[in-house]
Amino acid sequence: MNAITEALKLGTQEHGVLRFITAGSVDDGKSTLIGRLLFESKGIFADQLAAISKAKNKRTAGDTIDFSLLTDGLEAEREQGITIDVAYRYFATPVRKFIVADTPGHEQYTRNMVTGASTADVAIVLVDITRVAFEKGEEGLKATLLAQTKRHSAIAGKLGIPAILFAVNKMDLVDFDQEKFIATEKAVRELAVTVGVQEALVLPISALTGDNVVTASPKTPWYTGQPLLPILENIPSRADRAEAAHKVGFRFPVQLVARHDGHKADDFRGYMGRVEGGSVKVGDTVVVHPSGQNAVVSRIVFLNEDLPEALLGQCVTLVLDRDVDVSRGDQIVSSVDTVSHTPVRALTADICWLDNEPLNPARKYWIKQTTRQTQAKIKSVNQVLDIHTLLHGESTKTVQMNDIAQIELVLAQPIVADLYTECRATGSFILIDSATNQTVAAGMIVAKQ
Amino acid sequence: MSTQASTQLHTMSHLDWLEAEAIYIMREVAAECARPAMLFSGGKDSIVMLRLAEKAFRPGKFPFPLVHIDTEHNFPEVIEFRDWKAKQLGEELIVRSLEGSIKKGTIRLPHPDASRNAFQSVTLLETQEEFGFDALMGGARRDEEKARAKERIFSFRDGFGQWDPKSQRPELWDLYNTRVHPGEHMRVFPISNWTELDVWQYIEREKLELPNIYYAHEREIIERNGLLVPVTEMTQPKAGETVTTRTVRFRTVGDITCTCPVASTAANPIEIIAETAVTDITERGATRMDDQTSEASMERRKKEGYF
Repeated sequence: MNAITEALKLGTQEHGVLRFITAGSVDDGKSTLIGRLLFESKGIFADQLAAISKAKNKRTAGDTIDFSLLTDGLEAEREQGITIDVAYRYFATPVRKFIVADTPGHEQYTRNMVTGASTADVAIVLVDITRVAFEKGEEGLKATLLAQTKRHSAIAGKLGIPAILFAVNKMDLVDFDQEKFIATEKAVRELAVTVGVQEALVLPISALTGDNVVTASPKTPWYTGQPLLPILENIPSRADRAEAAHKVGFRFPVQLVARHDGHKADDFRGYMGRVEGGSVKVGDTVVVHPSGQNAVVSRIVFLNEDLPEALLGQCVTLVLDRDVDVSRGDQIVSSVDTVSHTPVRALTADICWLDNEPLNPARKYWIKQTTRQTQAKIKSVNQVLDIHTLLHGESTKTVQMNDIAQIELVLAQPIVADLYTECRATGSFILIDSATNQTVAAGMIVAKQ
Repeated sequence: MSTQASTQLHTMSHLDWLEAEAIYIMREVAAECARPAMLFSGGKDSIVMLRLAEKAFRPGKFPFPLVHIDTEHNFPEVIEFRDWKAKQLGEELIVRSLEGSIKKGTIRLPHPDASRNAFQSVTLLETQEEFGFDALMGGARRDEEKARAKERIFSFRDGFGQWDPKSQRPELWDLYNTRVHPGEHMRVFPISNWTELDVWQYIEREKLELPNIYYAHEREIIERNGLLVPVTEMTQPKAGETVTTRTVRFRTVGDITCTCPVASTAANPIEIIAETAVTDITERGATRMDDQTSEASMERRKKEGYF
């Protein structure tokens, strides 16, 4: 506790931020796990504990605290005993600040899991070992995972979450059976490869009893890896892994044009935005898209200061050395074209469909990519992912809520885009229904035409 | 440090990360919303919001006015600070009072000294309509309360100002869908991801001035239901209660009839940070008389248009 206090005192220790989600099927113990992490790291306060121990919809027996009541904050959630929407929770250790998105397990709320997953550095997928089907085969025990475990892993894979921690939960209910864990681990590793996850860690835990959550459990001497919390403290965040966003070079979508005709003779005209790829220095030559004009960065302004350089993730105002046509939605990029930044009007993308109304290729949708909004037409639906086999199904015209599909789009105006795997900020988009204003799809660019 | 510093990734400190996120959100509001406003009460979270707005928009003026919904049950130090701060920044401040709604008859208090906190929604929505605001930015944080923990950064409100927690718009990456039909609006929370500790660390780092009631001072209080109730015109001792003088500070500042201080000798941000890091009571849990009436009080108020 003292170490934590010391480290947090002034925010002088630069511990950064790690965002993670918990996913898994209903009742796999996601909320319980988060409650346990908060409790163990002193992220729960005494009055919150008092409130949940007297709550009327408590689901645990006797004195056992129902941690899920901490994150299931809505009346309907407590009434039904399920998580409907993402809840965000916060805790910190001396090493890091953590932002946790507790996402729902029910299939009809998958879109809320996508919401949580889009900003996550790490996904913890809970696997309830009591609901894994085991079968004795010639090569020993064979495990079959739930469809929802596959779906959530597939979403995590598509959304490019670099690391998934598969927490095989409720080990206490199978007497910490090593053979069952090994069979589950094997199935999980196969799944991770199938859905294209870069890094998969598998660990046996009990969220309820705290085994392998913060400290190593004496009941799993055969498990040689770290407990969950030390893993979370040390795993690289997405920012730490942002080599890809550097590879594409400088990317600066313009949010706002700042103009001040102050009392000084010189007007100020600057372009506000956030560095989404690479970095930029004063004196660098840049290209402004879509006009394609060149200019030199003459100043980088932040509050009343001039900076020599702006790095990935920083919000700054750029001043250019000449008058060029720049407005919101335009993009200022590096003049060195390592990864093509030529504006495009046709894309292939993976999408998660999020709306009740299925995709209608006859309609036009708004597309929002970086700070640009334009219209999009769906040229074709190439394939829809079959969640049970994890194989891409046949070409089909309908994409329903919670489907993961690959589509081709044509845009009304050109955009500067990168592949999602190369730069998340310039490779992602949302589709908006022009009639209802609902966000209907999350998109990840896989090819530019 | 290697010479590759600029091509390698720097890990941003958590405060820099939070600051950049908030600036980005404020600029999205300024760019995409036709008539935005920022709520400013003179409280610590809204003072942090002003600093972030300076970082987002200076050397220019803020592209929105500041708005305060005044219950007229406020601590005088906070109101003085509010007016001074708006003047110091040279920004427009719009104040609308609950008294106005009471005169119009749109607010009817159960009794004259009733807590006015929940009634702010009425005046807020009237003010939103009066000026045609399509986006209202506020300093609410998700760590404050369990219903807030569920809310999006861009939170859609219908023609009645209602929040529908069961059908919130999915919010992907930093791609905020700001589209609304006429009459609807957005509530926007740029410091959603900040905790009480982050706020104090930022106040310390940026050397922000706060109303002095946030720091330890002597005050007459009554102990009631485990809370320290300040003695004011509106909150008088009941029969059998005794008034004592204690050294206290406010962790949160709201309607005078429902905000309580905590016992503390912390006289500056550093001392408050040290206290906050080890406290075992939440910010609102220690200080609000109205949040605990039911498990879902905040959720119910938010559905009616509360912030």
